Amino acid sequence: MRKALVIAIPYLWLLALFLVPFLIVLKISLSDSVLAIPPYAPKLDLSEGWGGLMRFVSELDFENFAFLASDNLYWKAYLSSLRIAVIATFLTLLVGYPIAYAMARAPEEWRPTLLMLVILPFWTSFLIRVYSWMGILSSEGYLNQLLLKLGLISEPLTILNTNIAVFIGIVYTYLPFMILPIYAALEKLDGSLLEAAEDLGCSRTSAFWLVTLPLSRSGIIAGCFLVFIPSIGEFVIPSLLGGSDTLMIGKVLWEEFFSNRDWPVASAVAVILLLILIIPIILFQRNEQRQREADS
Amino acid sequence: MTQTIFAPWTDPAEKPLIEFDRVTKRFGDFTAIDDLSMAIYEREFFALLGPSGCGKTTLMRMLAGFDTPSEGTIWLAGQDIAPVPPNKRAVNMMFQSYALFPHLSVWENIAFGLRREGMPKDQLAARVDEMLRLTRLQRFAGRKPHQISGGQRQRVALARSLAKAPKLLLLDEPLGALDAKLRQDTQFELMEIQETTGTTFVIVTHDQEEAMTVASRVAVMDEGRVMQIATPEDIYEAPSSVYVADFIGDVNILRGTARQTAPGRYEILWGEGRAPLISESDTALDNGQSCALAIRPEKVSISADRPETANAAQGKILDIAYLGNLSTYHVELPDGQIIKAQEANTQRIARRSFTWEDEVWVSWTKTAAVLLAD
Amino acid sequence: MRRLSWVSVTALSFGLAFLYLPMLILVIFSFNDSKLVTVWAGFSTKWYGELLRNEAFLDAAWVTLRVAVISSTIATVLGTMAAWVLIRFSRFPGRSLFSGMVYAPLVMPEVITGLSLLLLFIGIGLDRGVVTIVLAHTTFSMCYVCVVVSSRLVSFDTSLEEAAFDLGATPWETFRLVTLPIIAPAVISGWLLAFTLSLDDLVIASFTAGPSATTLPIKIFSSVRLGVSPEINALSTIMISVVAIGVITASLITKRTAVQRQMDEQVALRDETSV
Repeated sequence: MRKALVIAIPYLWLLALFLVPFLIVLKISLSDSVLAIPPYAPKLDLSEGWGGLMRFVSELDFENFAFLASDNLYWKAYLSSLRIAVIATFLTLLVGYPIAYAMARAPEEWRPTLLMLVILPFWTSFLIRVYSWMGILSSEGYLNQLLLKLGLISEPLTILNTNIAVFIGIVYTYLPFMILPIYAALEKLDGSLLEAAEDLGCSRTSAFWLVTLPLSRSGIIAGCFLVFIPSIGEFVIPSLLGGSDTLMIGKVLWEEFFSNRDWPVASAVAVILLLILIIPIILFQRNEQRQREADS
Repeated sequence: MTQTIFAPWTDPAEKPLIEFDRVTKRFGDFTAIDDLSMAIYEREFFALLGPSGCGKTTLMRMLAGFDTPSEGTIWLAGQDIAPVPPNKRAVNMMFQSYALFPHLSVWENIAFGLRREGMPKDQLAARVDEMLRLTRLQRFAGRKPHQISGGQRQRVALARSLAKAPKLLLLDEPLGALDAKLRQDTQFELMEIQETTGTTFVIVTHDQEEAMTVASRVAVMDEGRVMQIATPEDIYEAPSSVYVADFIGDVNILRGTARQTAPGRYEILWGEGRAPLISESDTALDNGQSCALAIRPEKVSISADRPETANAAQGKILDIAYLGNLSTYHVELPDGQIIKAQEANTQRIARRSFTWEDEVWVSWTKTAAVLLAD
Repeated sequence: MRRLSWVSVTALSFGLAFLYLPMLILVIFSFNDSKLVTVWAGFSTKWYGELLRNEAFLDAAWVTLRVAVISSTIATVLGTMAAWVLIRFSRFPGRSLFSGMVYAPLVMPEVITGLSLLLLFIGIGLDRGVVTIVLAHTTFSMCYVCVVVSSRLVSFDTSLEEAAFDLGATPWETFRLVTLPIIAPAVISGWLLAFTLSLDDLVIASFTAGPSATTLPIKIFSSVRLGVSPEINALSTIMISVVAIGVITASLITKRTAVQRQMDEQVALRDETSV
């Protein structure tokens, strides 16, 4: 009895506020846009009974999806989101791996402090962290001022409101997600393995490529997914740092909903975004599962 | 110390405190306990001994109430305990990990069970103090579990489980986490406390020495079955099966076929060209039945010349294990059979009479071995 | 102890500089006297004064704080229950759906979570305001609490609960007197995480907030869309300081307890050898 209650409370909460809303999105994505409140049709009226339900179902269609498929904008937005996410993930890996590696090789008494220093930004506001780059990257910003003063450039670079700024924003805000799993994998690595490799004739560098890197593979994979998955649907970074030509699907959805007030299309955009995300999410889960099995 | 011998299991008028009546416990397809029946008497110090996975822990968890039998009944003081939840049983348990509450002081740990009964404050304090005195922990009452040593933690766990004065105390590998030296001292302390409080103790252990030291009776278990229940002496001197003989202590097992020559007297044929072994035993065996002789190494003598004993064989010393007070000689017979013989080192090692590669005779009397059906 | 190679030292210095310089610049320029945010014109705290006189920001801050406290508290209760269910009940009907629903919000893009909740609230005719933001925040942050608490419950020594049960405690007493005090650090971290997530959230709040209630991130977002502003710099500095002080204090406390514990254990060891 008590057990049933403990299960039921969080279960019902998630059903009502996670699953049901999502089903509503699915339903509205199959509806038509109308000028009314709420701005979509058909509406389900259960008082009409079975007939009403059948009529309701018969009026649902894939028109919005056909519209998304026919309109170049959406294709481009999805592809561009994927492209930006892939590039940004790769850049984050390039920046994050050396840091994680250095942390794992640091003296043991430093490690908790280093770990805290990496996690600390994660606790500060995401919005503020993105915002902090606006002042740095703008054409009269601190970076351009510095470069001009050093004489490296003769006129200001345009970085803010380009995809480069978006990459910088993603690398910056998601860096802890990359560092932590790689650090966890590297920290577990037994130092005697490297000594063994060197003892068997490896140079320092080849020991890294042949031993360290393969053994941190699961950390790299986890880190990449942790950066890649949220970057695809990112909204704040492209809208603050990106330009008018920065196409990201999170931003498109937002504008479709708030500016165009086209709820059915916005819902269809959301459904497809989710379908795109399912593959990396499943791959990520597999990697985690394998890791758990390897650990136990 | 003079006292009447404590052996309620020999008295048919005595009612057991716990009775397992054809108990079976299955986890899915796995049978942990297989149709087991046995009785444990009040004030006994009863040991469940066996390798890991033999079902001894399951048996204990069923007594505590964390598992229920799939079939059969467990009686505690004449009551079927299956429907009684653990928190309502007059049974307490001392956990292998001690399971001391890390956020509570030693005093509060011991008081935990008493508080649940709603014992009045002054009575409770008196009882906790009594327990602290019993386990010599008065000095540490205010400390948290991580602020005391392993041996003290073990005593806190004991005090906590004894505080409610249970009818039955279960001890799951109580000394497993202690180092060898401390374990010996603690064994005697446990026995003393058991005698002082008069509580029935059931201890689960895989350490045969521990079981033999503390217990009034030992149940040797294997694969969910009880192989033998007997006093430590009987388990060692009169094992009922090859398994028990082999499990407890060191033993030579010689296999062969039996031939009765006189009532209670057998000849065992054990291989081509070997003289038959002679053994006197109450075990009833048919002629030609395959059997095993179990001989403890310390009952095997070793000599340079052929002795006048009933059983003797010649071989070569293959190995000598020097154990300080004793040495175990591994003697290889010409056909490869190895017999272990143990001798006390009464002289300094330099003057040892035998060494590697020596040709020697091993021998034992006709009553030294236990004859078992194989 | 092995010395760090120059490669490691470089990686660490550049990495930490990259993580902290942008925020440091923000903090420094929040004390800039000039309205032009990129030109230093002397030290001043006037933007903090402006900020404190800005009613709209203060209102938004108050709403945000209320939402964060309420939603993180409910989320902690629900998330702890969910963690308990996932770790302790290995079989019940619909378990895989349940674990799916617990983990999905962690990877769900915020725009989708926000959109779906908004459509639900409109569908059932719930007016948007503090209540809807609280519901939305509770839902996604309970999943984070669940992850934090369940990782603690996995390593929980269940013999402690069995011991309490064995000593006569009821299941509820066992939870209240033994389990909860022991997992409390994880529950507290869960609460803090839920609290910060709620405090930070822009996207979900934008979907679920109504005209009657605006949160601080929504306010900041609409203002920084137009560019960098000194008032926002001041506000950011306050928020960064609060978090930094909080995290550093927490880690110092953790460290002190660890050191204290080590000392206690040494004392225990000494006692043993002297007895």
